[in-house]
Amino acid sequence: MSASPDAAPRQLTHLQHLEAESIHVMREVAAEFRNPVMLYSIGKDSSVMLHLAKKAFYPSPPPFPLLHVDTTWKFREMIAFRDQAAKDARMDLIVHTNQEGVRRGVTPFTHGASVYTAVMKTDALKEALTTYGFDAAFGGARRDEEKSRAKERIFSFRTENHGWDPKNQRPELWNLYNARVRKGESIRAFPLSNWTELDIWQYILKENIPIVPLYFAAKRPVVERDGMLIMVDDDRLPLAPGETPQMRLVRFRTLGCYPLTAAMDSSAATLPEIVHEMLIARTSERSGRLIDQDEAGSMEKKKREGYF
Amino acid sequence: MERFGPAALAEHLGRHERKGLLRFLTCGSVDDGKSTLIGRLLYDTRLLFEDQLATLRKESARHGTAGEDIDFALLVDGLEAEREQGITIDVAYRFFATEKRKFIVADTPGHEQYTRNMVTGASNADLAVILIDARKGLLTQTRRHAYIASLLGIKNIVLAVNKIDLVGHSKAVFDRIRADFDGFAQALGFQGVQPIPLSARFGDNVTRRGGSLSWYDGPTLLEHLEAVEVGRHETERPLRFPVQWVNRPGPDFRGYCGTIASGGVTVGEELAVAASGRTSTVKSIVTFDGEKESAVAGEAVTITLADEIDVSRGDLLCSANQRPEVADQFSAHVVWMHEEPLVPGRSYLFKIGTKTVSGSATEIKYKVEVNAFQHLAAKKVDLNEIAVVNLSFREPIAFDPYAENPATGGFIVIDRLSNLTVGAGMIDFALRRAANIHWQPVDLDKHSRGAVLGQRPAAIWFTGLSGAGKSTVANIVEKRLFALGKHTYLLDGDNVRHGLNRDLGFTEVDRVENIRRVAETARLFVDAGLIVLCSFISPFRSERRLARDLLEPGEFVEVFVDTPLHVAERRDAKGLYKKAREGRIKNFTGIDSPYEAPERPEITLAGGMAAPEDLADQVVEYLRDQGYI
Repeated sequence: MSASPDAAPRQLTHLQHLEAESIHVMREVAAEFRNPVMLYSIGKDSSVMLHLAKKAFYPSPPPFPLLHVDTTWKFREMIAFRDQAAKDARMDLIVHTNQEGVRRGVTPFTHGASVYTAVMKTDALKEALTTYGFDAAFGGARRDEEKSRAKERIFSFRTENHGWDPKNQRPELWNLYNARVRKGESIRAFPLSNWTELDIWQYILKENIPIVPLYFAAKRPVVERDGMLIMVDDDRLPLAPGETPQMRLVRFRTLGCYPLTAAMDSSAATLPEIVHEMLIARTSERSGRLIDQDEAGSMEKKKREGYF
Repeated sequence: MERFGPAALAEHLGRHERKGLLRFLTCGSVDDGKSTLIGRLLYDTRLLFEDQLATLRKESARHGTAGEDIDFALLVDGLEAEREQGITIDVAYRFFATEKRKFIVADTPGHEQYTRNMVTGASNADLAVILIDARKGLLTQTRRHAYIASLLGIKNIVLAVNKIDLVGHSKAVFDRIRADFDGFAQALGFQGVQPIPLSARFGDNVTRRGGSLSWYDGPTLLEHLEAVEVGRHETERPLRFPVQWVNRPGPDFRGYCGTIASGGVTVGEELAVAASGRTSTVKSIVTFDGEKESAVAGEAVTITLADEIDVSRGDLLCSANQRPEVADQFSAHVVWMHEEPLVPGRSYLFKIGTKTVSGSATEIKYKVEVNAFQHLAAKKVDLNEIAVVNLSFREPIAFDPYAENPATGGFIVIDRLSNLTVGAGMIDFALRRAANIHWQPVDLDKHSRGAVLGQRPAAIWFTGLSGAGKSTVANIVEKRLFALGKHTYLLDGDNVRHGLNRDLGFTEVDRVENIRRVAETARLFVDAGLIVLCSFISPFRSERRLARDLLEPGEFVEVFVDTPLHVAERRDAKGLYKKAREGRIKNFTGIDSPYEAPERPEITLAGGMAAPEDLADQVVEYLRDQGYI
């Protein structure tokens, strides 16, 4: 934005508004909490959140570490990207895995998607937050993603057990966030609350933010199951008799654990093409998430139990 | 949306990027169709995806109230309890965009018990859509919500007369409701009121014109939302920059991070720190994307100054020639948001801008009865009530009246013990300038007085149930201290109630005031160098906290005389428990009024387990160990 003193009073565009609001939230957290952390899930929203953190504290590096909850089933490209991103941001990276879950052999195939998610994601996250004594954790969730998220505060209170009580949330007025917690309690802070999926892509495009290459179309080995395209990222994916991976031109609209994240047929290989595809999309991004497919209250339930 | 080529795409993206933002809320009484209206807006602006529609159809069949049709309310009522009960409990935020604007909608509950959530939604809105059921006309909640919208400074209203299909698309009904609203809203200071007849369920006048409403020639709801000029005057007001965080990556850089709340800032401009009055000039405006010559309201930037002056989080930077007021006592409107009422004298935290201070309400001027805007006398402010109060903060803060600048005049109230946000408020004016009060300068202070007396002054605060043995132990402690040549004074419930606090009864409000006066008296005695023994049931943590806060760290020693209720009741020296059990005394601690045990008392005495002399010894020993005597 060019600055000319005699121009009429400037109105910010909606992206400039969103950017400033997110930066404000991040600075409040850094100023008010003893030991904050940023949950980094490696997806496009995390990439935007990390980019905003760099902006918020420039010329200092963001004054908190990144935390990645590694289920051991993330796409390999995600892990490589993660390590580089932390290095570029000059931030410490904490990688936490639920070792108890690994020891008991919990996988998406042996225990089903919901048990696996509870143990390797929710429990792992709670374990990490408790172990390091974090009193605030940033998450990249957006209110437009899902109905129970649409109800969540920007500073969202969590009990000692990391639980969320949606009916008793603290009123949140103006941009005055209540950061007070007792020992053991914490706040989940959501700086991207008011962004939509389209805003995220638009911002990635405008700011040229690096994202994991899996978002771009390429020939990848996939199998088709229940109408979902699952990528064979390594040799741990059990193949049914007669099932053979095929090379298909696909990309991902959202990223998680590879056995639980469906790819889509697409030839969109550049950012403008991705945005274009999004503009004409007829399904929501969470439709590619196998863990959200049960009843409507499933996200609320998971969140009450401590899921991000 | 159709497929388009790269040039068209670039053009489309460019337009989307330059769009402005409008934040609005929908409010009105229960069942006026707020959630349905938002669902309709999302549906008609094609913001719904196929999988969301599929879920919606499934849920409509299960919980829906629209017969065979899709129940759009289920789109926004996101919590299980909401879907089960078919009501909105909490604010839901929804997003949609058209070619002209991006919109953030706060859908707020209609039930009176969720008024606080409506206030939450209104605090960030530029415009309010007030829904009215055409069959019912103006209701109490309509007035209430219009009043709250005006209280929070919303200037633009859409009067959405919904369910117009159910009154035969009647122009007469619409005109009557419109006239009713104009009559009552005159006092509320709105700048623009746009009445629109519509049917959210069938979509008439939401995004497209309704066939049977040809008599209406105004805009549809969406046309109005796209075009309405919401006066955002932030940029025209004087510069206010609340400092959030001091950025110090090394010895060569010291930047002040914050979001410009109003006005603009330019390199070379003279700024002042509002509270201290110190001034300097802007050396640079730093952002990740490079330095800027100037920045305006809404932007999050980092400012460096030419001189090294003392600036930290909570300070307010302002233009040197247009400074805010600085004061510690105010008249303010408050909206109370918690079951436990606002009580004068009780200590709370107030967050205003980036500053958090402790303080209390000194007086409730009146409550506002929303239906007729009457002023009612009150001793406390209950959940969802609105009142005008006098506030006293423990230190001066920089502010502007809310009506002049919401960013520097709005505050939230936080309970010190539960940490909950219990209220919100808007400063109207300062009661007196802090600059005019200064303490009488004294050469002697409590330390020198205490030193002459050979002791460290303190208040020893005995708390516990009636009949716990507080006064007995406090008396023995005082005698021991006297024998050691120490200078003491004893304040207890009975001697204070007969004189200083003779005018107070036993309601919660009076009990708070009782403790406040005692604590202030104890503070004066501590200032005189004495060791003050205070013996009061003082059942509420917040009141003991108030007493503690009046004194400096180390001057307040809380002694919890922990006697079980059955032991205290068996003693019943004054026969009070008997009367309370018979219902002849109300609000008796332990019987029909709670006792909140201290969480971290300096001393806990096992009352009833040892002789009072032994308990007194424990206190004296503590005072010796800690160097008070």
